[in-house]
Amino acid sequence: MLKKTPLAAEHEKLGARMVDFAGWWMPVQYKGLREEHDNVRHHVGLFDVSHMGEVRVKGPKALETLQWLTTNDVAKLQDGEAQYSLLPNERGGLVDDIIVYCLKRDADYLVCVNASNKDKDFAWMVRNNKGADISDESDQWGQIAVQGPKALALCDRVFGFKVSEMKPFHIHSGEFQGHKIMVATTGYTGEKGCEVFVQAAGTVALWTELLRQGADLGVMAIGLGARDTLRTEMKYSLYGHEIDDGTNPYEAGLGWVIKAQAKDFLGKAPILQVKEAGLKRKLVGFKMLDKGIPRQGYSLFSFDNQEIGKVTSGTHSPSLDAPIGIAYVNSELAKDGTELLVDIRGRKVKAQICPTPFWNRSGS
Amino acid sequence: MPNYHIPEDYYYTKEHEWAQVDENIVTIGITEYAQDSLGEIVYVELPEEGQKVTQGQTFGVIESVKAVSDLYAPVSGTVIEVNNGLTDNPSVLNDDPVNDGWLIRIEMDSEKELANLMRAPDYKKLIQG
Repeated sequence: MLKKTPLAAEHEKLGARMVDFAGWWMPVQYKGLREEHDNVRHHVGLFDVSHMGEVRVKGPKALETLQWLTTNDVAKLQDGEAQYSLLPNERGGLVDDIIVYCLKRDADYLVCVNASNKDKDFAWMVRNNKGADISDESDQWGQIAVQGPKALALCDRVFGFKVSEMKPFHIHSGEFQGHKIMVATTGYTGEKGCEVFVQAAGTVALWTELLRQGADLGVMAIGLGARDTLRTEMKYSLYGHEIDDGTNPYEAGLGWVIKAQAKDFLGKAPILQVKEAGLKRKLVGFKMLDKGIPRQGYSLFSFDNQEIGKVTSGTHSPSLDAPIGIAYVNSELAKDGTELLVDIRGRKVKAQICPTPFWNRSGS
Repeated sequence: MPNYHIPEDYYYTKEHEWAQVDENIVTIGITEYAQDSLGEIVYVELPEEGQKVTQGQTFGVIESVKAVSDLYAPVSGTVIEVNNGLTDNPSVLNDDPVNDGWLIRIEMDSEKELANLMRAPDYKKLIQG
């Protein structure tokens, strides 16, 4: 049976096209993907991300447990700080990518996980628990992402405290119309903004208020379609595309969240082994020199017809109005400027590895 | 259900292509329902003049930002004209798929194949589910 977020009826009211996404009845688009995408780049957009999972890790063993389960250094987090991190498996692949929020140092942490992985992640965390009190709070929280150049101005109006003065990757607890909220300055679009956890019963009221108070700022509801093009333009990883249970994080360009010097963690030895042996492949961004749009699963070839990689994500970038792709490529070829061929349904067309993110505010 | 323009004199496939028949010359395109479901169309791959297409088989591809979709030939025949303007301006397929957004014209092999296609009332029923 399809699960519904507290906002499902709101999406239908707005005329969204709804789809089954990881077992959730979610809006893929409302007015149109490009219009929604551009609205986030230029104004502000609201995303229903209530399907994301929230796992609470508490107690005197909370820090020790998270240090063991994740790759980033949780001990660095002070109250109200957050970090991007990974849940590795014992073989050095990835169970998921996550954000760890420190609510109370040494005592209370919130872990935000992918919707499609939530049950697997929770079971994994419980199985490898080092004595923390771990609970799945996913049903208790709605979540709305507010993203775009006007996002913080909108949040300042709605939340009654200065979200615009919060640094990136911080979290602040508060209340909205009697419902507990946690406002986190994180996101998945490359824009300023925040992700707001709200007690499930308050999700509709918050959504409605953000739309109402954001009307003069040009606020718009944004579907999963634009969420994907926005993250692809930033080369942000998506589980099932760039990363999965066989991905080495160094190959994925996520070495910056591996704190091997600072601590021991699950999967550390096999992760480092791959790095020390020399990375065989690297994740790169590429643009097309010939016509065609790369898609996940397409093969990459060198000009002497050797298969040299695979596309993990590809789309037509609305911001650049051009096709873009992300791919794993053999390390020796994974350099900016390298030309290669993408096999698009049997036709080999030219592409070129390029710097990422594909899009940035100052112009590409 | 939006109010799709479904010309009465066209034939339709269950994959949402239309065929307009003028003696043995058939113009082929996608329906408004198809363009609306796909979203913004950004890329079109069509056969060349002289190529054969076969009823029910793919003859090209259209891509929206989000997805790749095959195009299926409503009837068999030989391509005599291709709407090459779509390559540089695929958004015509969103704006006017049943007229200016036509894809190819073919010389039909056998008009008997038309019996396998839907007329407008049946196609309307199909998309209204």
